[in-house]
Amino acid sequence: MRRPTRDSGESLRGISRRALVLGAAQFGFMGILAARMRSMQVEEAEQYRLLADENRINLRLLAPSRGLVFDRNGIPLAVNEQNYRVVMVREDAGDIREVLERLRRLIPLSDEDIERAIEDMMRHSPFVPVTIAERLTWEEMARVNINAPALPGVQAEVGLSRAYPLGSDTAHVVGYVGPVSDFDLSRIDDQDPLLQIPKFQIGKTGVENKLEKTLRGSAGTRRIEVNALGRVMREIDRVEGMPGNDVQLTLDAALQSYVEARLEGESAGVVVIDLENGDLRAIASAPSFDPNLFVRGISTRNWTELNENPFRPLAAKAVQGTYPPGSTFKLATALAAVEAGVLDPEETIYCRGYVEVSGNRFHCWKPTGHGNINLHESLKQSCDCYYYEICQRVGIDLISEMAVRLGLGQRYDLPLSAVAEGLAPTRDWKLKVRGEDWRIGDTVNASIGQGFVLASPLQLAVMAARVATGRQITPRLVRAIDGIEQPSMSDAPLGINENILRRLRAALDAVSNHTRGTAYGSRIVPDDRRLAGKTGTSQVRRITQEEREAGITSNEDLPWERRDHALFVGYAPVEAPRYAIAVVVEHGGGGSTAAAPIARDVLLQAMFDGPPPLSAYPANLRSQIETQQERIKERIAPGSSTSGRA
Amino acid sequence: MSYLEYNAKYVPTGLRKPLYLNWPLILLLSAVAGFGFLMLYSVAGGSATPWMEPQVKRFGVGMAAMFVIAMVPIWFWRNMSAMAYAVSLVLLLYVEFFGAVGMGAQRWIDLGFMRLQPSELMKIASVMVLAAYYDWLAPSRTSRPLWVILPVLLISLPTLLVLKQPDLGTAILLLAGGGAVMFAAGVHWAYFASVILAGIGAVVAVLQSRGTSWQLLKDYQYRRIDTFLDPSNDPLGAGYHITQAKIALGSGGWTGKGFMQGTQTRLNFLPEKHTDFIFTTLAEEFGYIGASALLLLYALIIVFCIISALQSRDRFSSLLTLGIAMTFFLFFAVNMAMVMGLLPVVGVPLPLVSYGGSAMLVLLGAFGLVQSAHVHRPR
Repeated sequence: MRRPTRDSGESLRGISRRALVLGAAQFGFMGILAARMRSMQVEEAEQYRLLADENRINLRLLAPSRGLVFDRNGIPLAVNEQNYRVVMVREDAGDIREVLERLRRLIPLSDEDIERAIEDMMRHSPFVPVTIAERLTWEEMARVNINAPALPGVQAEVGLSRAYPLGSDTAHVVGYVGPVSDFDLSRIDDQDPLLQIPKFQIGKTGVENKLEKTLRGSAGTRRIEVNALGRVMREIDRVEGMPGNDVQLTLDAALQSYVEARLEGESAGVVVIDLENGDLRAIASAPSFDPNLFVRGISTRNWTELNENPFRPLAAKAVQGTYPPGSTFKLATALAAVEAGVLDPEETIYCRGYVEVSGNRFHCWKPTGHGNINLHESLKQSCDCYYYEICQRVGIDLISEMAVRLGLGQRYDLPLSAVAEGLAPTRDWKLKVRGEDWRIGDTVNASIGQGFVLASPLQLAVMAARVATGRQITPRLVRAIDGIEQPSMSDAPLGINENILRRLRAALDAVSNHTRGTAYGSRIVPDDRRLAGKTGTSQVRRITQEEREAGITSNEDLPWERRDHALFVGYAPVEAPRYAIAVVVEHGGGGSTAAAPIARDVLLQAMFDGPPPLSAYPANLRSQIETQQERIKERIAPGSSTSGRA
Repeated sequence: MSYLEYNAKYVPTGLRKPLYLNWPLILLLSAVAGFGFLMLYSVAGGSATPWMEPQVKRFGVGMAAMFVIAMVPIWFWRNMSAMAYAVSLVLLLYVEFFGAVGMGAQRWIDLGFMRLQPSELMKIASVMVLAAYYDWLAPSRTSRPLWVILPVLLISLPTLLVLKQPDLGTAILLLAGGGAVMFAAGVHWAYFASVILAGIGAVVAVLQSRGTSWQLLKDYQYRRIDTFLDPSNDPLGAGYHITQAKIALGSGGWTGKGFMQGTQTRLNFLPEKHTDFIFTTLAEEFGYIGASALLLLYALIIVFCIISALQSRDRFSSLLTLGIAMTFFLFFAVNMAMVMGLLPVVGVPLPLVSYGGSAMLVLLGAFGLVQSAHVHRPR
């Protein structure tokens, strides 16, 4: 060893002093630590505990189940279907590609699906379940469940998704739901937190859209404990939301389906109104589309197909389509003239096939003319010249006023998308909107429902309803919400002299029941179910003088989009009117040949509450009707069985 | 102490030595380590793996090392001081240039069975060499400038090396530990006063240099300082650690949330819950009572060390024991102050509790030296 340690007492005492100073400093600091600990853990504990809870407790929203939509008889039109789906959790799956390959042997998955699923999984945290496939059949679901041991991380789940059992039959009325989009959020002023749920389904069109708040219900909440990564550890408690209210419509699903089937192949709109209370029994637009496609997320191909179809399946023609009403408008012109006292119904006016008005020649549909003709005959045979004459006596403003009283030119408050306002033109309107003076030729055109006049099938049906009843029938679509009956709207008397209306109705009766009536071919045989109505054929092109001289091209020889619109408004039974109807067949040709038969079939279906007996039809049509009924029965039968009524 | 004295006074020898170990100190160390095992079991969600089991093994190995070191006469260790320091310095230099890269800084040497952090060794070696230096130096020269420069160099050389790694926590420990030995050895207080003033100047310089071409610290260290000064300005970024640590600590309350019931820990809100921030888990689950109990155990360890130092009959033993006590104190004080938000987050583990091999083994080895001094004290 080297040198001995100098352990002189003096130096050791020095060390001891300094050691005590160091020790004191250390204990001083430990005192600070203890005090700090005390202040945090005892004095401020509450505050920190609150922060800790905020950290770990998350509020999640529970989507309520959406209200259902039923028809008047309780047949479901929009339901929440159990939806079997397969989800996968990345961290449990291990080799996700391998698991997906195995899954693929059990359920149909495209390469695209698999790539999308992998991408989704990699984008989210490893514990987030990602949906691999939706809307599996029960069998596919069972296959996945049975093979669960070979499919780590794969779970089969049941969720709710919207479905429309009647598919395309009610597409335009009920509408469809879809995931809420940024566009929706910017457009609607709605603070409902539910809308913040990703892919929350909201109504996009129709009743689903307009009665969104009624159907949606309110959010429930779920308090869950999460860890720092957001993984759900456990549920602390949950408060169920309020499910949406069920809505019962006035629609008759069976009739609606029938009409859609009857309109197959046409581009048309039909509205049937119950005259007892204004209930809309059918609002059909053809062709239609399958709303279920939209709920599932429509493919580009389907979308393009729907958009490029010249028959415009996405348009709800019955309420949002507006058409020149053609001769059906003569009801308004005639009533206005008689009401104004400028026309005696018995007065005859001579029709020679055309009328000269301020240098322009206006033609009757019948080039040879109708000869002397009174109001009754003018409606029955749909003479145009008669109206060219009387409209000049009464003037456009009174005609428009009558049209509005009959239900045209106004928007009905119905929970449907884009309900059309139509147009009952006046002098003021033309000056204001077009900046031009009204000309007499405009009145002449309007008198037979051409020119500026526009009406939707819904408005035309209301007109028929009001003429048939003499009351201010207003259409109603919602029968009950959450079991509570909704009031029918005003049906006060129209204020038109009943004698005049009776004359008018007699003429409408003759239209389809007199041999020379324009709709005689579409008559209903049993006396107590007789059909009354008015045909209309509205031009969509201008017929030049040269063409007229060369002989007017018949509709069959024209390209589809230049053919006339075929219209029919009417009601049945004549003696005790129960249903009113309006039929518009776009570019269908003549009202008597294309529209009236549809009205007849639909009203018969409504009156008999099912297929009518063949005896209701004229004998010469029965075999043809029989095949038609067979065809329609076949079309309705699959998927939309409406036999079991609630 | 010399052989002469050794022979003249009674010093335990052979198999009698264990009887003279500082047994209360051993019990205290075991109790602290027990706290650690409990917490490591808890943060693993009620499982001995992956942390508690290796920690228990290391504690066993460390205790064995402590006994072996305690049995070796203290003068042997005094003579080894310079060597220990030299070896540590070489290893520090080695990691500076060849060390494995981990956690963004070169800090360890992979020995196969464990990762050795030379900076841990240096914490003890620097205390040893300073104690030996003052043991050798005549007390009258202690405060002479020339004789002050040498220990200052001995301290600053490794400090600069670890700062370069960069490891702010170890640098603080080296500086304060070495300073404590110098202070205890009797260096005039005016030196310390001037160093403290210089330190304040340095802090100002460090803060001023930010963003300039001569920036003294790395950006992340500046961010840590910012975060320390105001954790709320970045609650999800750099301030996240300290905010969550404080929430865990504070929400423990008087009695805590119960063993394995700490929501902050269990739900992973706490960062590095098994290493530097393990104290917050303890405070959250056992509350103020549990946290003060650990602090008390630590305080008692310091008390027993100081008593042992005061009883020593030679300067080396005394200074070594005080220096090791100071280093140990710095470990837990800096760690606790850090998780309580009193100091910036500098990365110092909670001694004997935090998961980690190097620190555990080196600390137990250091207490082996304390025991050796205790055992080989002439009575």
